[in-house]
Amino acid sequence: MTDFALEVRDLYAGYEGVPVLHGISFEVKEGEIVAIVGANGAGKTTTLRTVSGLLRPKSGFVKFYGEDVTGLPAHVMVRKGLTYVPEGRRIFGKLSVKENLELGAFKEESGEVVEQRLEWVYSLFPILKERINQKAETMSGGEQQMLAIARGLMSAPKVILLDELSLGLQPSLVEKVLQIVTEIRRYGVTVLLVEQRVLEALEIADKGYVIQSGRVVMSGSSKDLLESEEIKRAYLGM
Amino acid sequence: MAIFLQVVLDGLLNGMLYALITVGLSLIWGVMDVINFAHGEFLMVAMYVTYWLGFLMNVDPLISWIASAAFVFILSVIVYKLVISPLIGKPPLSALLATFGLSMLIKNICLNRFSPNFKLLSDTYLGGRVIPMGDLILPLPQLVIAIVSLIVITCIYRFMTRSRTGWAIQATAMDRDAAELMGIDTSKIYALVFGIGGACVGIAGGLLPMYMPVHPEAGSLFSLIAFVCVALGGFGSIVGSLLAAILVGLVEALVGFYVAPIFKYVAVFGLYLIVILIRPKGLFGW
Repeated sequence: MTDFALEVRDLYAGYEGVPVLHGISFEVKEGEIVAIVGANGAGKTTTLRTVSGLLRPKSGFVKFYGEDVTGLPAHVMVRKGLTYVPEGRRIFGKLSVKENLELGAFKEESGEVVEQRLEWVYSLFPILKERINQKAETMSGGEQQMLAIARGLMSAPKVILLDELSLGLQPSLVEKVLQIVTEIRRYGVTVLLVEQRVLEALEIADKGYVIQSGRVVMSGSSKDLLESEEIKRAYLGM
Repeated sequence: MAIFLQVVLDGLLNGMLYALITVGLSLIWGVMDVINFAHGEFLMVAMYVTYWLGFLMNVDPLISWIASAAFVFILSVIVYKLVISPLIGKPPLSALLATFGLSMLIKNICLNRFSPNFKLLSDTYLGGRVIPMGDLILPLPQLVIAIVSLIVITCIYRFMTRSRTGWAIQATAMDRDAAELMGIDTSKIYALVFGIGGACVGIAGGLLPMYMPVHPEAGSLFSLIAFVCVALGGFGSIVGSLLAAILVGLVEALVGFYVAPIFKYVAVFGLYLIVILIRPKGLFGW
């Protein structure tokens, strides 16, 4: 069964005895953009932290291209081709933009490959090329978010997990950053994103999962979800 | 004037020794946020390794320090795996108390095995040798330690700033989760850093028996001074702790000579208190 790039079944996880996920299941096909949406505290970030290997699940499994990767540490997942762009960006503020990007390709030993990747992410984010030597912490929130995505792409992932890209960004930037996600897909990168902004996320995604209190309460194609009465009422305020 | 210069020279040499002991502690704190209370005991263990290699097998400290440093490196990595690693991510006090307990354990094992008696390695190759320089006297064992200290610290600095692994260590120090997401095996980095920190103090301890007696309490004062240097220099800053160590060495020598020997630590710890009151992040902390 290697149909799915990512397959998650009955995932239970939490922090220090506080359970957060109560059996989350979902799957992502290669080349898809899948959105996990839900309110604050629903367990979206915990889901991504568990899938990426930063958090060990209590039970359930994660399969990456058919291979059981449950509980593997994050640095191993990166080497396998799954990269997580964490909530709050977590860029290395004291380092320059270029140094941040180079760290993103840390697993890559060949300087030539790193140079190619740099050119690639600069073509996606021209603003970063202008800021090569700027300290990352001195950039605006939007630029930092682009740096965080670019840094994640530097590992040339097969699947990229994007956590709350819109958090703390002004509305015009949200549109722009989410636009970049569709561009990433064109390079063959599968995207799993987590968003509080349900409408914007579903607009760019192929498929969506709505989670509530650590459970998937609804799923389907983005189109169906956007048209469903529950979604409209609960999340879109219509 | 000659006397003043001699005192300054002694202070500098001692300061370089402190720097070598401090740099390991500073590195561990800077990267892992762990305060290693057993640091002085690692020094003492290294001193015993050198002592016994010299006493039983006639190996000179100039050679056996390598074995001492290697021994403490391995000891540190084992301590990391068994004691520190399970406590990473728990409240910071846990690791601190664990290393405190470990220091008690090591001290008492040595007390039990080797007795509290001072043990001195006689007739080492450099022991007691000096280079006369006009009015000044340059003690060779201290000079060797100072030079080794300078070399080790330079190597660590270059390693941290130029090598791939050094980069990984820096990234891990800044944000462990983020470093992990870059594909860096941060558990391995922690073990390595704890090992390097131990090796630094192991080198110092391996050379010290050239002129210093070995006993179970031999590391205690050094570890206290190392803590002062780390805090004084600014937590985690290698250059800062080097300069702070030299400052401590100088203050100790000058006050010890011109005021009274019993006041030298009053001056050192007094200086520490004043600096911390004025600059809580230390002289070179950011």
